[in-house]
Amino acid sequence: MASIQILNQIKKKNLETMNMESGSTKVRILIHTGTCGYAAGARKILEAAKNISAASDLPVDISLSGCIGLCASEPNVTIMRKGEASVIYQKMTPEKMAEVFENHVKAGAPVMSHALACKDMSGFDLKKIDELDFFKSQVLFTMRNKGVIDPESIDEYIARDGYFAALKAVTEMESEQIIKEILASGLRGRGGGGFPTGRKWDIAFNNKSDVKYIICNADEGDPGAFMDRSILESDPHSVLEGMIIAAKAFGATHGYIYCRTEYPLAIKMLEKALAKAREYNFLGRNIFGTGMGLDIEICQGAGAFVCGEETALMLSIEGKRGMPRPRPPYPAQKGLFGKPTVINNVETLSTVPSIIREGAEAYSSMGTLTSKGTKVFAMSGSINTVGLVEIPMGISLRSLIFDICGGIPNKRKFKAVQLGGPSGGCIPEAFLDTPVDYEAIIQAGAIMGSGGVIVMDETSCMVDMARFFIDFIKDESCGKCTPCREGSSRLLEILDRITTGEGKDEDIAELEELSEFIKSTSLCGLGQTAPNPVLSTLRHFRHEYEAHIKDKKCPAKRCASLLEFKVDTEKCTKCGLCFKACPAKAILWQKKQAASIDRDKCTKCLSCYKACRFEAIL
Amino acid sequence: MVAMQSVNKGEAKSCCEATPDWVRIDLVLEKYVGKKSQIIAALRECQEINGYLSEELIIHVSRFLRFPLSDVFGVASFYSLFSLTPKGKNTIRLCMGTACYVKGIKEINDRIVNEYQIGPSGISDDNRFGLEHVRCLGACSLAPVMVVNDDTHGAMTAEKINDILSEYK
Repeated sequence: MASIQILNQIKKKNLETMNMESGSTKVRILIHTGTCGYAAGARKILEAAKNISAASDLPVDISLSGCIGLCASEPNVTIMRKGEASVIYQKMTPEKMAEVFENHVKAGAPVMSHALACKDMSGFDLKKIDELDFFKSQVLFTMRNKGVIDPESIDEYIARDGYFAALKAVTEMESEQIIKEILASGLRGRGGGGFPTGRKWDIAFNNKSDVKYIICNADEGDPGAFMDRSILESDPHSVLEGMIIAAKAFGATHGYIYCRTEYPLAIKMLEKALAKAREYNFLGRNIFGTGMGLDIEICQGAGAFVCGEETALMLSIEGKRGMPRPRPPYPAQKGLFGKPTVINNVETLSTVPSIIREGAEAYSSMGTLTSKGTKVFAMSGSINTVGLVEIPMGISLRSLIFDICGGIPNKRKFKAVQLGGPSGGCIPEAFLDTPVDYEAIIQAGAIMGSGGVIVMDETSCMVDMARFFIDFIKDESCGKCTPCREGSSRLLEILDRITTGEGKDEDIAELEELSEFIKSTSLCGLGQTAPNPVLSTLRHFRHEYEAHIKDKKCPAKRCASLLEFKVDTEKCTKCGLCFKACPAKAILWQKKQAASIDRDKCTKCLSCYKACRFEAIL
Repeated sequence: MVAMQSVNKGEAKSCCEATPDWVRIDLVLEKYVGKKSQIIAALRECQEINGYLSEELIIHVSRFLRFPLSDVFGVASFYSLFSLTPKGKNTIRLCMGTACYVKGIKEINDRIVNEYQIGPSGISDDNRFGLEHVRCLGACSLAPVMVVNDDTHGAMTAEKINDILSEYK
C-alpha cells in the first residue's frame, strides 16, 4: 500500500542513484534512445558502451533514457560524474564512444569536440543546455522528464515527483475539486480539437453509470507529428498517472490506451509501465488503498488514420471497422460499449499530473487569453534543427522556426509552414508573425492540430503538397459517407490533372466548389477538414495553381511531367556529378566535356537536378 | 474449451505456397473464443504466423470463432495492417509522412520501383522485395525514412538504396 511516506522514501533513494543530488560514486552513462535515436544508431552506441565498460574494471552504470528532444543531434549520450556537470554528447558513433569513455568516464576530461552542452550546472568550457538557442525559450512542463529518467523505471519517475499528484487526487481530492482545478488551468485537448479538458470530464461526471471508461488516444496519425510517440517512449508513467487522475475525476472504472501499431517501442514501454504500476498498487482493485478500482489495457490500432476520430476509435476497440458515427450523442454521454467515455490525447493526459501537483495557476499563467499553458511542437521538414519543442502558447511562428530551430538549411528561402496535418493548412511568410494560439492559427488559415510543424522551402510545390494530402485523405477515408469517399477521389483527379500539365481553366473554380461541398456535408472531422489543404494553398498560393494550368510550368520544379531538363552549358563545370547520379543513364558526359541529356531516356527523377552544385541543370 | 476440429484446411495449392501452420493458428485462436471485441488482435496474430491473411485463413478464423464471415472479412479488409495477398521475402516500407515527402521519399520510391522491378502488386518480379507505403512512422527528424524488415534507415538518399538493399537477399 503506497502512502506519501513510501513515495518520499523511493524518491530520496533514487535521487541519489540518479546522480542528481549527493550523487553516487559510479559514473552514469545515459544513452538516449527513442525510435528516432535507435534509427540514428543508438543501439550500436549502447553495445559499444557495454563492451568497453565490461573490459574495464570501472564501476559504471549504463542506462537508457528517452529522446532529449533535439533529434537533429542524435544519437545522444550523457555522462554523469559525481560533483561535476553532466555532459551531453551529440552525433555519437561507437568510435566516439570509446574516446569519450577513455577520456571523460575514466579520467574526467570531457571530449569537447563531440560535446553538445552541459546539464544542470555549468562547468568545463561548455554552454549549459538551456542556454542553447534550441532550448532557451522552451518551458518543459509536459516533457519535464524527457531524456532525464529511464522510462522503464517507475522509481526514477517517482524520484521526479511522479505519482504524487495521483496520490493527492485519489486520497485527498473530491471529483469536483479535480475538475475545477483542470478547468481553472485552462487546459484544452492537445489532440487537435482544443475542447476544454475539464468540461469533457464534467459532462462524464454528471452522467451516472455503473461503468465508465477513460481512453487514452495514442493513435497519433497526423503525418509530421511525433510528440505523443516521444512522450510514450520517454515518460510512459506520466500518461498512466494522468489517466488515474482523470478516472478519479469522473468515476471511470476501466481504461484503454489505443496505440498505433506503427509505434512498437511506445507499446513496449507502456506494457512495462503498466506492469510496474500494477505491482505498486497504483492500478488495480484498490488504488493507494482507497478501494478505488481502475485497470488499464492497451489496444493496438491496425493502421487506419480515421481511428484517431473518437467515435471510430471506440468502434475499433470494440473489434469492428473503425467508421465514425454522427455526434451527438457524444462519447461522454454514450461511448464505448454504450457507456459514458472520456477520450483524451496522450499529451493532454501527461500534462494533467503536473497541473494537479503545481496548481492550476502555474499552468494558466503561461500562454494567451484563450490558449493557456505550453504546447509541444514537432518540428520537421526543411529546417536546420529538427526536434521537439515545448513553448508557452503565444510565441510567434517566426520565432519558433527561425530563433529556436535555426531557420532554413542550404541557404534556401522559406516558402510555407504546414500546420495541423491533413486537416490543417499552409501558412505563407506574410503570416509568420501569427502567435501560436488556437484561434489565431485558424485565422491564418491552418489549425493547431496535434502540433506537427512541417517547414517547406522554395523547392516544395504547393499544388503537389495539396495533391499529397488529398491522396492521403482519399486512402484513409473510411468510405462510409459519400462526400468524403467520392469527393476526395474527385479532388485528387483534378489535382492529378493539374500537376501533370492537363489542367483546365475551370479547375480552380471546381476545386473550390467541391471543397466547400465536402466540408459542409461530410459526416466526421476527417471529411469536414479534408479539403483544407486545397483551400489553404488556393488562398495563399493561387499563382502556383495558375502557373501549372495556364503556363504549364511548375515554379518549384517538383512536378516531373511539367519539367524539361536541359543543361546550361555555360554554367556546367563538366564535373560529372549529374552523370553519376542519373539512374536512367540519360546523361551523356565525358571528362572535360559539358553534359547533355538524352530526353528519351530521362525519367525526370530529379536526381541530376539535385546532384548539380552549380545550378547548371534547368 | 476444447479446440474445434479445424475446418477447410485444404492442401497446399502449389509447390511454392506452403501450408499454413494450422496447429499454431488454432492455439492462437483458442485464446479468442467468445471474445468478439478482440478480433483485430486475433487476426494480427494469425497474420504474424502465416505472413498474410489468405481467403482460406479468414474462413477458418470465422468458423473457428463462430463470428460471421462478413464481420471477419470486414475487419481484415478495413485496416491497412492486414494483407490479403502474400508478401515478398523482404518487406520495404517507405514512410509517406509529410516530412518524408517534403524531403523526397517520392524519388526514392520511383528509384526502387524502377531498379527492383516492383510490379503493380507491390512485389518485385523475383519475389525478393515487397514494397509498402506507411503513413508517418513518427521518425520525422530522420526524414526520409525507409524500413526494411525491422531495420530503420533514416536520411535516405537515392544513392544509398543499392548499398542498403544489397544486404537483404
